[in-house]
Amino acid sequence: MAEPAGSVPSSAAAPQPLLRVAELARYFDASPPFLNRLLLGGHRRALKAVDGVSFAIPRGQTLSLVGESGCGKSTVARLIVGLYRPTRGSIEFDGQDVSLLRKEREVRALRRRFQIIFQDPFASLNPRWRVRDIIAEPIRVHGLLRGRAAIRARTEELLAQVGLSAADGGKYPHEFSGGQRQRISIARALASAPEFLVCDEPTSALDVSVQAQILNLMKDLQARLGLTYLFISHNLAVVHHMSDQVGVMYLGRLCELAEAKTLFRRPLHPYTRLLLETIPDLELSGRVRVPVAGEVPSPIDPPPGCSFHPRCPFANERCRRERPELSLHEGDLVACHAVEEGRLPAATFDLRAPAASG
Amino acid sequence: MAGPSNRPPLLRLEHLRVEFPSRHGTLTAVDDVSFEIAEGEVLGVVGESGAGKSITGAAIIGLIEPPGRIAGGRVLFEGERIDDLPYEKLRRIRGKRIGTIFQDPLTSLNPLYSIGRQLIETILTHTALAPREARRRAIDLLAEVGIPSPAQRIDHYPHQFSGGMRQRVVIALALCANPRLVIADEPTTALDVSIQAQIIALLKKLCREHGTAVMLITHDMGVIAETADRVAVMYAGRVVEVGPLREVVKHPRHPYTVGLMGSIPTLRGTRARLAQIDGSMPRLNRIPPGCAFHPRCPRAFARCQHERPELISDGPSWTACWLYAPLARTGSDG
Repeated sequence: MAEPAGSVPSSAAAPQPLLRVAELARYFDASPPFLNRLLLGGHRRALKAVDGVSFAIPRGQTLSLVGESGCGKSTVARLIVGLYRPTRGSIEFDGQDVSLLRKEREVRALRRRFQIIFQDPFASLNPRWRVRDIIAEPIRVHGLLRGRAAIRARTEELLAQVGLSAADGGKYPHEFSGGQRQRISIARALASAPEFLVCDEPTSALDVSVQAQILNLMKDLQARLGLTYLFISHNLAVVHHMSDQVGVMYLGRLCELAEAKTLFRRPLHPYTRLLLETIPDLELSGRVRVPVAGEVPSPIDPPPGCSFHPRCPFANERCRRERPELSLHEGDLVACHAVEEGRLPAATFDLRAPAASG
Repeated sequence: MAGPSNRPPLLRLEHLRVEFPSRHGTLTAVDDVSFEIAEGEVLGVVGESGAGKSITGAAIIGLIEPPGRIAGGRVLFEGERIDDLPYEKLRRIRGKRIGTIFQDPLTSLNPLYSIGRQLIETILTHTALAPREARRRAIDLLAEVGIPSPAQRIDHYPHQFSGGMRQRVVIALALCANPRLVIADEPTTALDVSIQAQIIALLKKLCREHGTAVMLITHDMGVIAETADRVAVMYAGRVVEVGPLREVVKHPRHPYTVGLMGSIPTLRGTRARLAQIDGSMPRLNRIPPGCAFHPRCPRAFARCQHERPELISDGPSWTACWLYAPLARTGSDG
């Protein structure tokens, strides 16, 4: 393993990350209704959508959260932009603890600096507003510019930035294709000149050729404006293309947090390996795939111990009893007893191996 | 026509054309599509939203919603023309000799009936089995598609199954009359990645064991690469390239296929940028003359703008592109 000596994950190394999330958790009430509890003797139950997630993103970098439906990745996104209140844990943006801000004015000033792009560009744009007004809304809300002409000029600049023309500003969302609508969402997100963007599956609803356009645009904007991204996706190939760091989530918890480069070359956690195993083989290398068994259990009633143990080929008695915590291993954070005890056979995924003409 | 193969074709599409009349004139969703599927072969039909791949699948089994209609061409199944059959006769073929699997397993199962009832009903309709034997066959099928403890699960309702398990039930339903052909329209799109891999493996295994041919409709090149023997690439209602899997994936010929393959992020190397095809697929009422791809094509030349290319043979692949016409490059290329 050609790893530079003493490399630590950037979560620990970076002096002042732009965003730091510590022990973030969000529980939802999944109890039966009150009367049913009273009459039928049910009791309160909590769905632990996010259960103790910590990471940090250095300025100008991209951290991706990857996992299957129900792993809590979108809940993390919503917690960070303030659409949910955390059950516990802290969110620190540029050194400021977001939850400590009480004054409306302070909250709003901070809010301007981070924005979100949603998955579905059909649901996230108001169909009755012209594109120009959709994009100008954050400018008006935050009072960034005064006067029609100034706002008009700024929206045109934003449209150009995402590859649309000034004339598109006068149209309505339904006149655009999915990819163009996602460009409009990006323009709106950029309108308040944020430093940080949460991108919740921004290309999952798009066709591949359009996905490529949007991913390229996002990378260009990051380079040009120095943006920091939290990128949420279930598609590992997209994550590989976009990220500096990757966090793999399973049932509300991080099971591995590593540099993208090392994660894809040397996945540690058995679940990460499973996910890598599912990536279709476009090289037609004839790689024999280990069939992946089982499904994600219900987050209302997660298995005891390590929540992945029912699907894990390496699980033993300890995994069934004791929940593993994230610990440093070969420079990466991983929550797995088998890795810690060294009883996991090394897996080097040589996914880059076959040269173009195999 | 398209795609020669050494086995006799099970399904043959000849110049199929599907039209939808609308207020703004007639929209041609499928325009002169021809291909073949051999016995036991998996043909992947790939394309982006609006390419006409699902409509092609629906046309084969006569499920085009009026006012849409087959406006031209023929569909031959086991050598027999089926596109002009009366409704009742087509219904006998559908389900018995051609099975279907749709994207969303929730909508293809009736929520009010147990899955056993739905399976048994289908088996009784299409085979000569007695009810008791039909139930036994249903349990066998559920076991075959990997439903744990099928003897109990058979009496459960669709909502009691997870998405992946439901799709397994739908596969059992499609296979219960031992069809010769299964049309699978985006069978894994609604599923999580790890479940997706399971369903693809299952579909592949079952069809190999039963010798069932599959028309696999998907937007996901990854699914195609894992499953198909041959691939047809569709764009704006037309087939632009047909060929063996390896040829299409590794040596794509049509500029659209080249762009499509380049735009897929892979784990091989880190390219700073993905290859992108600028613009987007034309709407059906604004399909450009000539080659439908020419406004987005980096290699288009004069001929592409007004003359539509037919599928032209180039080695084992067929490509609808003037670059592959014998005299193409005499023009002003690039």
